[in-house]
This record gives sequence, C-alpha cells and structure tokens, in this order.
Amino acid sequence: MTLWHVLPRGCPLCLSTWLLQRLWGLGLVGSLKLCSPAVRTSITSRYEMVYRSTTAQEEAALGAATAQEADAALRPLQDASLGALTMYVVPETSSLLPQGISVYVGKHRGALVRAGGSLAALRTRLRQLTQVMSFTASSIAAALSDRVPDGQLGPDARRHLKSSLGYEITFSLLNPDPKSHAVDWDIEDAVNRYVQPVLDKLSLVANFSVDSQILYYAVLGVTPRFDKESSSFLLSAHSLPHVINPVEARLGSSAASLYPVLNFLLYVPERSHSPLYIQDKDGAPVSTNAFHSPRWGGIMVYNVEAPASPQASLPLHVDVDMVRVMEVFLAQLRLLFGLSREELPPEFLLESPGSEGLAHWELDRLLWAHTVENIATVSTTLTSLAQLLDKIGNIVIKDDVASEVYRAVASAQSAMAKLATGHLHSAFQASKEAVTSSERAFFDPSLLHLLYFPDDQKFAIYIPLFLPMAVPILLSLAKIVRETRQRKKEPTKMD
Amino acid sequence: MIFKAFSNRDDSVIGPPACPGAGRGQSRAASHLTTEPPRTAQDNGTICCRCRLSSAKTEFNKAPIRGSERGHYSPATGKAKGSGTPARCGAERPGHGGARPARAACLKLKPFNGCVDPGLRLRRELPAADALDTFVETTKLGVVISFILLKKSNSFSIFQDQAEQFFRSGHTNNWAVLVCTSRFWFNYRHVANTLSVYRSVKRLGIPDSHIVLMLADDMACNPRNPKPATVFSHKNMELNVYGDDVEVDYRSYEVTVENFLRVLTGRIPPSTPRSKRLLSDDRSNILIYMTGHGGNGFLKFQDSEEITNVELADAFEQMWQKRRYNELLFIIDTCQGASMYERFYSPNIMALASSQVGEDSLSHQPDLAIGVHLMDRYTFYVLEFLEEIHPASQTNMNDLFQVCPKSLCVSTPGHRTDLFQRDPQNVLITDFFGSVRKVEITTETVSLDSDLAGFESNLPKDELATEPLKYAEQLPVAQIIHQKPKQKDWHPPGGFILGLWALIIMVFFKTYGIKHMKHIF
Repeated sequence: MTLWHVLPRGCPLCLSTWLLQRLWGLGLVGSLKLCSPAVRTSITSRYEMVYRSTTAQEEAALGAATAQEADAALRPLQDASLGALTMYVVPETSSLLPQGISVYVGKHRGALVRAGGSLAALRTRLRQLTQVMSFTASSIAAALSDRVPDGQLGPDARRHLKSSLGYEITFSLLNPDPKSHAVDWDIEDAVNRYVQPVLDKLSLVANFSVDSQILYYAVLGVTPRFDKESSSFLLSAHSLPHVINPVEARLGSSAASLYPVLNFLLYVPERSHSPLYIQDKDGAPVSTNAFHSPRWGGIMVYNVEAPASPQASLPLHVDVDMVRVMEVFLAQLRLLFGLSREELPPEFLLESPGSEGLAHWELDRLLWAHTVENIATVSTTLTSLAQLLDKIGNIVIKDDVASEVYRAVASAQSAMAKLATGHLHSAFQASKEAVTSSERAFFDPSLLHLLYFPDDQKFAIYIPLFLPMAVPILLSLAKIVRETRQRKKEPTKMD
Repeated sequence: MIFKAFSNRDDSVIGPPACPGAGRGQSRAASHLTTEPPRTAQDNGTICCRCRLSSAKTEFNKAPIRGSERGHYSPATGKAKGSGTPARCGAERPGHGGARPARAACLKLKPFNGCVDPGLRLRRELPAADALDTFVETTKLGVVISFILLKKSNSFSIFQDQAEQFFRSGHTNNWAVLVCTSRFWFNYRHVANTLSVYRSVKRLGIPDSHIVLMLADDMACNPRNPKPATVFSHKNMELNVYGDDVEVDYRSYEVTVENFLRVLTGRIPPSTPRSKRLLSDDRSNILIYMTGHGGNGFLKFQDSEEITNVELADAFEQMWQKRRYNELLFIIDTCQGASMYERFYSPNIMALASSQVGEDSLSHQPDLAIGVHLMDRYTFYVLEFLEEIHPASQTNMNDLFQVCPKSLCVSTPGHRTDLFQRDPQNVLITDFFGSVRKVEITTETVSLDSDLAGFESNLPKDELATEPLKYAEQLPVAQIIHQKPKQKDWHPPGGFILGLWALIIMVFFKTYGIKHMKHIF
C-alpha cells in the first residue's frame, strides 16, 4: 500500500471533492496452498491513495526557489516509512518546475506534479508516476520470473541479482604490464567515500562485504584490434563475452563467502595496447569504456595517457582517478540490482541521486520486488519439501527441521499480512526470516533419501533370507495343526 | 549462413595472445601429430609452439621458471630430451613472461592447442567469408557484391537479433559436474574419460570454481602407473590429460552416491568448502557427465554401491523444484547408459548416452606400455568433436548427437530431448561446455561529488567489539576421551521380531513337548 498525499494547491474546487474521495481499491493478497501439488500463488496489488491539503510548513518549503531545494526542505516533513510516497501537486504557473517538465521526482520519497489540464489528465499523470516510483504488475511478475510457467517471460527476464541475505563485492585492479605501468589506486578511501554510503543505504536489503585485490599479469582473453583512424585499439562488442572467462579463474571468488559475489574489475591496458576503447554494436566507442555481465559484475578499461616525452622512464606511475572509476562502478552496481532508469515520458524529470547512489523510492522498489520474491521462494520451497516427504515415507524429520518449517510458515504468513497492509519494512524482515528458515529446513543434510527400494529388490533380498528359515517352521506348524485336529477327532480316553 | 558470417567477420581475434612465429620450427617434434600446414601467410606468425610436457617424473613436477621452457617428449624414443631446446612460447611478448600460466599441454587429436588463435579457426571454418574477403578487396565486381550483401545483411540483422533473442538460452553462468565412479587400476579409462571432458570444459572457459570434479581413484599416482603423474588419453601417450592444474574436488572414497546426491540437491553439511558445492542458481546451465560401469537402470559407484535411475531422476526433480538449474545436459558413458535417462521427468533436461539398453559401451584401444585401455570409444569421439569447438563456435547439439555412429562406436549412442524446451538445433555446444557470458555495455554513470572531504556516514555504526581471532575447535579431543557412552533410548522390539520369536518358541515347545516350558517360566 502506498499512501499518496496529494496536495491540491490553488484549486479550491478540487479541494472539497478530493478530500472525500478514495480511488482504486485493490488489495495485496497472496494465497498459499501448501498441501496441494498444484500450487497457485496469486498476487494482486493495489495502491491506496489519501488526499489532504498542505500544511503551513509544507507551503513554506514549497516556496523554495528550485525543485531540488524544495525536495530537500520537504524531506523531514514527509512520511518516512518505507513504501510510502508523497506527491505534491503544485499550480500550473508555479516556477518550481522548469519549463516543459510537469513531474519532478525527488531523491527521497516525494515528487512534485504540475496541476495542469483536467482532473483526468492529472489522474493519468499520477498513475504514471506511481508506476515509475513504485511497483508495477510487470515488475512483480519479473520478481516471480522463476515461478512463472516457462514461455510467458522471455529468456531475458529477471537477470538481476536474486534476493539473497548477503552479497560480497570485490574490486580488482588488473595490471597486465607492471613493467610499464606502476598503478596505484586508493581503493580503501574510495570505498569509504563513495561506495560505503550506497551500501549503508542498501544495508536494509542485505549484508554487504567489500574486498579488493590487485592482480598482475592478468590479461583479457581477447586481443584488441588496432584501428588506424583513431590510432587506438578497439574491442568490439561481440568479443566482450570472451573477455571474462580467462580472468575469472584468477579472481579468487571461490575463496570468498557463500554469498553471491559481484566482481568489479578495473583493467589498465598494456602500453602496447593503449589506448583501448570498447565499441558497441554500432561501432561507436562507449563513453564509459565499461561493460557488465548480469549476475557477475562489471569491467572498466582505464586508459593511461601516453607520456609526454617518449624517453620517460618506465614504469610510469599511474594514479587512478577513483571518482571516474567509482561513477562507473556504482552505475554498474545499480544496473546489476535492476535499478535502471527506464524510458520515461519526456515531461518527467528524475533527480539523480548523486553520491547517495540510489534514491529512497528506488530502495522501496527493490524491497517490494525482493519481498515478493522471498515469499514466492518460501512457498515453493515448502511445497516441494512437503511433496518430497509425501513421496518418500521413510525420511526421518528431525525436531529442528520441523521447528524451522513452522517458523518459516509463520513468518511467511506474517509477511503476507504485513504486505497487505503496506508495512514494507516489517514485511521485508519477516520475508527474510521466512526464507532463512525455509532454506535451512529444505537443505538440511539429514533429508537425503537414499532408500529407493523397488519391489523386485525387496523380493530379491528377503526371500533368500527367510525362505530357508521359514520352511521347517511352516512344516512344523502344519504338523501341529494336523495333530490338534486328530486329537479332537479321537475321543479322549476315559479310564 | 553467409550473412551471419559476414556480420561476425571481424579481425579481432579471440583467445590468448598469439605466440610469435618461433613455433614453426617445432613441428618436427610433433611428428606423430596430424598436423595441417598453415593455409595462408597470416598463419605463420600466430601458431603457437608445440610445447609438450616431459613425462619423466623428475622434470614433471619442477616448477617452470618461465611458462615455456620445457623439455620435449619424443614419442619415438620415449625419453625426454633435455631442456636445452626450449620452446619459446610467448617469451618475447612484453609483459607475458613470467607469470603466464603454463598452458602448454598440446592436444594430440587435432592440431589445436591452447595457444592457437581461434580467430584463425573462425576464418578456417568459414572459408566462404574468407574468400569473399579477398575477393572484395581486389575486384570491382567484388565491391558490387559486397554492397549487395551488405544491404541484405542490414535488414537481416534486425530479424537475426530478434531470432537470436528468441532461441538463445537465458543462462548467465555455467557449471559442470564430472563424475568418475570406478576404482582400480584397470578402470584407468574412466578416469581418463572424465579428465578429458574436464580439460575440454576448462579450455572452453568454465573456471575451476564452477566445476565439481569427482574422481574415484587416483590413476596418476597409482603405484601401478609406469608413467607417474600422468593420465594419457590416447595411445603413444600424446596427450596427458592430467596436466598440472587439475583440481579434483571429490577424490577417492569421497565419491559416493550419497555425496553425489548431496552435491546435486545441495543438502551439504555446512562445513563443506565452497569448491565442493554446486552453487548454481536458476540461470545456470549445468553439464553432468558420468562414467563408469553401469547396467540396466543403475550405475556402479566404487564397486560397492549403486545409484539407480529413479534416484537420479528424483535428484534432478529436487534440483528443478529449487530452481537450481536453467538447463541441464546429462551425458553418460557406461554400458546400457540409455537406461539411466529413461526415468527423467523434470523439464529442461537433455540427455546423451553412449549405448542403448542391452548394449555394452566399448573401450577404445589399449596401450601396451601402460597396460590398460586408455579411453572409452564414445568419449574419445566426443572429445575429437569438442576439439573443433572454440568459445565463439556456433556448432549446435544436433552435431553432438551425430558423434560416434555405430560403425565407430559399436554401440548405438542415444539421446533424449523431449524434456528440453528449445529445439536442439538452436542449442549451442558452448551453452553447456563453455561459458559464454551475456554482457551489456554500461551506458549510465552516477554523478559523484569529487570533493567529498571527510565524509562521514549518516547511519550510526555500532562498534563491534573485535575479539581476537583464534582457531575454531577442530576436534574436541578432551570431550571425546572422557566421553561416557551415550545413553541410547531403549525401544521395545518391534512387532515383526516379537512375532517371529513367538512363533519359533511356540513351534519348539509344541514339537518337543510342553514339559520343557516349566523350566523356563
């Protein structure tokens, strides 16, 4: 549920009608059937909108000169709970929004909408804005992509990182030519300054750990081609997929934790291959000189300028400009998480989050998707566990497995209840707990079934064991029965 | 096909940087190789030297000073020549001298070794494009033709992109689980099979961290191995598949049905290291290769236990339920291998087997020096096929199905694709054997303030009390020594046992007379 504080300004007619109105009423509901083999999880979503007029403080804040200042001033006055959004409708003639822009989306959880045209137009604009800033049916479906029957979504659906309890981020500097370049990068400082704030903001989503390394004599798997016109070396787009593999073996990601690893590589090309540019499909050099691979990480090529005097002593000392590098790496981090800025109508203006890395409403979007994905994961895990236990009757369930299952079910139900009321934060925490418990229950090492006994094997094992033993017993039994019958027939001797 | 060739044709080469022309002189040592002479002048500078590892044990384990200075092994004499004639692979290239990993194991089957520039092979594979290229450059007619083809290819490229989009696999990473299940020296060929597939898979790009290699016995260091530290895959010992960078994850007695099923389903004890786990997700393509002795519906592990086809099918279903794979390719090289994939019922599985039910898979040829059969036929021909594949290859699965016809293999290889959603025509070999990543160009950047001096985090960080690190208790020896035997709960005997004993006692006393009974009770 998202609360919309829509504040009509300078429109007294609208005030009265809007204050009493409630639009679209849908509900976020998940139905979960654990026992039936055909599990159908249905998710519906709705927005809950509340309208009110502005308070005096908000009016003062909206009197600022630019939209950015207004946004910053409005931040403490907004409802800061996760998942809630506040939209301020400003009059058409307001100077807050630049010309031609009718919607301004801020860095936090607010937006400014210009009240132009009819109510219907405003409503459409608000609806569009909702879909940009919060979840849509397609983003929810993408979060469920591995549970959706195959064929409905393309092979490229949901290549963002899966929801996980933690992520490991590794920054690597590849220097294939230490004889020519002595590269120095102040990674610790850069991480503390630029990366850590982003990770702090994302700490709600998962635990992050960061490490870095420098690799010498690590070459890319592809030889770049020399281009005479630009007198530079070019890596074409279709050779990029082959770049990663030779390097991957040396990255040491197998020694890292069990969480998914994101690798960010900075490659300083050799002197004989400098400068090196990456070409996109059309043959134009890429401005960022970087590319990324979904669920793996990103690579950026950092060109070192040729020394002014050709007699400069090797190795050249290179100080990496960490700002440029981190701009690209943070953009790649956002893309890996799926926080890209999709196409927007031209009248929308999105404020760039700057050094914070991501806006609060983008964090909310991520949390919506992850919560839904977690709940779906829990339901399929527990269902398949139940099916497994139905099928193989002689698996022993330990007590802790049973308690994990109960806890998973309880957490999943509470997560769904909280999602239905729109409390995103607690819903996400509950869904995380549910996932942890269900994974622990499902992957418990004691649940291995090695007891496949086909009937012919049962015969083959037990008959040679018991048949020889049973023959004298059965014969004796027969003898006993015969004797008893005979004795009954014979009259008892009476002396 | 020609348009594809045209649009892919590019001068940039794929593969490790080409080695200088020093390699040309070494072809003399490769007298047993079926070497093809290079076709064009361009090839001259790009074929790598044919460094081969010396098989003498003294030289083998020596760490190389430079990646290229190895002795030559001459098959004719069987002795290792001294390292006086080093092959200078890559020695002249700047910056590649010291730490270049020794990828010098050259493969015998075709004149491909790790160093050859596969861009070269691209041109070899598409001779039409090559010819067209030279044609274009030389004649006006060629210019006209190229113009026409260019026009066509432009409009086709859009359709091609869309078609590619539809038919290609949606995987982002690749895993391989390679299992050899037999022990004992005379099952050398199974270890050689598995190691050969391992090398192909590594050559095509899957890193060790994504390969789970399970070998049930150690052939390279077996006391019966006359060439220690080597495992050869072809007679005359021309290809040592053991090499020097084999990473075996499960070895010897750790290869059991239980561990195999644990790896597949993920129910691993928490103390297992990461290299022993299959950490695949819903976008992983997994290759599972199994070899050993098998029968109708089972595969023998370590001569003491079996895995049945039902268990395997259930394990795959468990993997599917938890979405631990996107697509799975299952290859099995045992006798009656087709029975192992009969019971699969999970989607997105493609299976290949070396023989049908009732047939035996045969081994290829024995080596008289080593004394055992070195490879199995099916895997031998699969390997020969895989040697032609390089990371950019577009060969599809239908070609893999044709490998090893009955005339060569004696058994009839089989395959099963009904559970697989895509058409095998559209499935690339590198979808499973290689690791071709999907990449996207990064076009966005985040704008950062460059002068963020003395930035402090907004969120409060609670200071964690850092304890001094110490080793975890590995084995609680004190506890074990002084441990009292655990009190097991006593359960009364079950119904069956009770009934059986009652029956026996009753029959005994009935037969021999009731008078004994009073002595008991």
